Amino acid sequence: MIRSLPNSPLYKYGFRVYVTLFFIFLLMPLIAVSVLAFNDTSAITLPWKGFTLDWFFADTTERLGLFADEDLLRSIWISLQTAFMMATLSTIVGTIASLLFESFTFRFKNLLYFFAIAPLVIPGVILGISILLGSTFVGAWLDTHLGIDLEIFGPGFWLVVLGQFSFGATYAMLLVSARLKKFDPELEEAALSLKATRLESMWYITIPFLKPAILGAFVVTFLMSFANFNTTIFLVGSDPTLPVDLYSRIKFSSTPVLNAVSFMIVLMITIVAIISTFMKRKNR
Amino acid sequence: MDGNKKAFYFLFIPVALWLFILIILPHIDLFLSSFKPNSGEDVYTLENYSAFFADPIYWRTFINTASYAIGVTLLAFVVSFPIAFYLVKVISPKVSGFLMLLLLIPLWIGELVTIYGWVILLGEQGVINESLKFLGLIDHSLPLIYNNLSMTIGLLYMSMLFMIIPIMTTMESLDDAMIEAASDLGASKWTVFRRIVIPHAMPGIINGSIIVFMLVIGDYVAPNILGGKSSLWFTEQIYNQFLSTFNWNQGAAFGFLLLIISSATIWMALRLSGQKLDKVGD
Amino acid sequence: MDHILELRGISKYFGDFVASKDVNMLVEEGEFISVLGPSGCGKTTLLRMIAGFMEESEGDILIKGKSMKGVSPEKRPVNIVFQSLALFPMMNVYENVVFGLKRKKIGKEEARELALDMLHRVGLDGFEKKKISELSGGQKQRVAIARSLVMKPSILLLDEPLSALDRKLREHMKVELKELQKEIGTTFIYITHDQSEALVMSDRVAVMNKGLIEQLDTPHNLYNHPKTAFVAGFVGDNNRFEVASREGEKVVTKRGWKVTKPDLDFDPTVMYIRPEAFIVNPEGEVADSEIFEAEINTVLFDGANTKILVKPEGRDEILIALPQNARFQALKEGDTVRVAVAYDNIKCYKE
Repeated sequence: MIRSLPNSPLYKYGFRVYVTLFFIFLLMPLIAVSVLAFNDTSAITLPWKGFTLDWFFADTTERLGLFADEDLLRSIWISLQTAFMMATLSTIVGTIASLLFESFTFRFKNLLYFFAIAPLVIPGVILGISILLGSTFVGAWLDTHLGIDLEIFGPGFWLVVLGQFSFGATYAMLLVSARLKKFDPELEEAALSLKATRLESMWYITIPFLKPAILGAFVVTFLMSFANFNTTIFLVGSDPTLPVDLYSRIKFSSTPVLNAVSFMIVLMITIVAIISTFMKRKNR
Repeated sequence: MDGNKKAFYFLFIPVALWLFILIILPHIDLFLSSFKPNSGEDVYTLENYSAFFADPIYWRTFINTASYAIGVTLLAFVVSFPIAFYLVKVISPKVSGFLMLLLLIPLWIGELVTIYGWVILLGEQGVINESLKFLGLIDHSLPLIYNNLSMTIGLLYMSMLFMIIPIMTTMESLDDAMIEAASDLGASKWTVFRRIVIPHAMPGIINGSIIVFMLVIGDYVAPNILGGKSSLWFTEQIYNQFLSTFNWNQGAAFGFLLLIISSATIWMALRLSGQKLDKVGD
Repeated sequence: MDHILELRGISKYFGDFVASKDVNMLVEEGEFISVLGPSGCGKTTLLRMIAGFMEESEGDILIKGKSMKGVSPEKRPVNIVFQSLALFPMMNVYENVVFGLKRKKIGKEEARELALDMLHRVGLDGFEKKKISELSGGQKQRVAIARSLVMKPSILLLDEPLSALDRKLREHMKVELKELQKEIGTTFIYITHDQSEALVMSDRVAVMNKGLIEQLDTPHNLYNHPKTAFVAGFVGDNNRFEVASREGEKVVTKRGWKVTKPDLDFDPTVMYIRPEAFIVNPEGEVADSEIFEAEINTVLFDGANTKILVKPEGRDEILIALPQNARFQALKEGDTVRVAVAYDNIKCYKE
């Protein structure tokens, strides 16, 4: 049944077979894209025609590799910038929100907390269209009533950042709160007793304690932003992020360069996952 | 308590701005826009909603999507539960740590890359068909892609991890001695699962189900890329209104309906299980 | 001259629960005051109100004659040594001690001097760079105290800071703390549930029960002249007898023991006699004492604290301390002893 109990062979091996099949199912698509990134053909799938690095480095009219494809590089760059801004904003506001909800009581706190966690259960599409409608409305209102035409309210880089931040802050808040719950409030009282103001005590005592969680929240929200499609698609302007670019290529113009990009992402994420696992183990 | 007050406002203002500008206001706008005609006239009308009920393709897709999402959620539970149990309770923690790492990788890689992986696997000349042909098991490609099967695979793949992780979290707090005691008292494996393990993991199961349901009903990539002509997904209607026909007000009405059905289902799940929304994120 | 601390009718309610009820206290500069009581008696609440972490429901707290109403913790001239010590784990010893000085905007050089001097006083020279996790229990204790004392508070509040230490170290720290307080001269308010800590260290002890201060007195008076039944029972070992009635000069316990207690002007419900108040096998005549004979039930050997239990036929069991005297070493179970207790040492109360 469990580690400590004896099990019948059927139970034991049956379970093992199932788990193996599950992990094959889980890893198959990742292995497929990774291997086929090196296939010497213009088709995205089998048959295997030999090994090549063309889909990374070639710069010809038939074969445009990842590092020569300026559009692709540009969308990757935009995605990185977006993710950095979104993760920074989300982590800051998420940490602030977690401090607010964990250490203060105030009127309408429950209602406010409800809105803060609502993005967990609001489909990304809805967040996308709501923010598009909201920003268009505000932009139009400013234009007609005050004669100000602000670009920030139209689809584009900043709207994508804000749209992703709207739910990123929720996840950052939850990650930071999980650690804040383990914080000994006597430490903060000790700081107050030593004549620190409330803000000083948060800055010098609470925040350093939260550091690992804050770092974790930054990484998580960065990756969330980098992978986001559902919300981004409505807010993106003329410069697509990587997922938006990938989507249109998958739909309309698949070449193995997609496999190459996918391989790079698989590689990066694997490295990040390994590092974070080690960091977690070290923290324990 | 002036230092206290200062700290409070310092924290309160950014949070209030975030929630008011990016959560509350846009949803109010969504609600109001859904009652405006696309002509731009400044009147309120029900025409966007009557259009929804008048055209069977809209409401059938809507019902189809919602029931399909419930189905995928159940499927995700059936597939995930043994895995969560295995990782937490059966194998050694060291191996389990490694398998957890493998679980997290597809999660962070993101939907587009993994769905693209499935395109490569399931396509007419995809890895699976070519392999089967190579092995001589089939002569002609099997219709694996652009149908409900491939769409289901895609939806299951991108959502099941959100089922496994909350279940694992609750399962970790289940004392092994409880299972041992039940076995000692003569309970069969089935009884142990039914009476001990599943009730204990229930909060995780509910959390996982809520998130999976929300992800599936709001997904666009899997149905759009892997689904066939008949696998109409309601989010596609919203995308069409916003990005093809530019009828934003109609799209807002669809969006609002989607928000209502997903909120209602989540609310019902929470009601039936006696849980609170605050716990969903834990 | 104002008192360093004055509590004027402090009450604190949490809904229906009364944590403090009409607490009054006057503390002189330089005094070592303990607040002693069982857990849940409201002593920690009282301390937190003095520190400003909680607001009193009624009454006023005055420090050096100034009302603390609405004054936040960081503006009060008091510091706390916490039960958990609450040393900042992300800082080393020096950074912990200098933390408060920095908040007071004291210059770097001066702060350094003050901090090093304080570390010297608590005997932690050369420990500045040590991490908190590298310190022993006693050293952590000293850092916590140094960190607070360096702020030169008018009053230092200590919330059971010795409770986490093992017994031996606790005995040692008691003496050390008392001497440190004498040397520095800061007023200490010390919260504890351990009567030995309170009696050994304090100038005066406030015994608290259910939010009320039952008696505020010197350790000597508290022990020898407890004013209430609770104090008699809580401070030191005591024999408790439920009283059924009074017949003239005699008090009758529920088990039927008739004890002479002259000059009572009320009907007591309970009677206390300390184990060491009994004189075993007194020589010659003893005046103004209750005298009786009883058989030894059990000898409880504990070195210098050896006691015997006697149970006169059908009456209350009595615990009697044996003086360390060769005369009594031969006493064993079944022996009959003659016991005397002075009327003055019989304490009667109405609960």
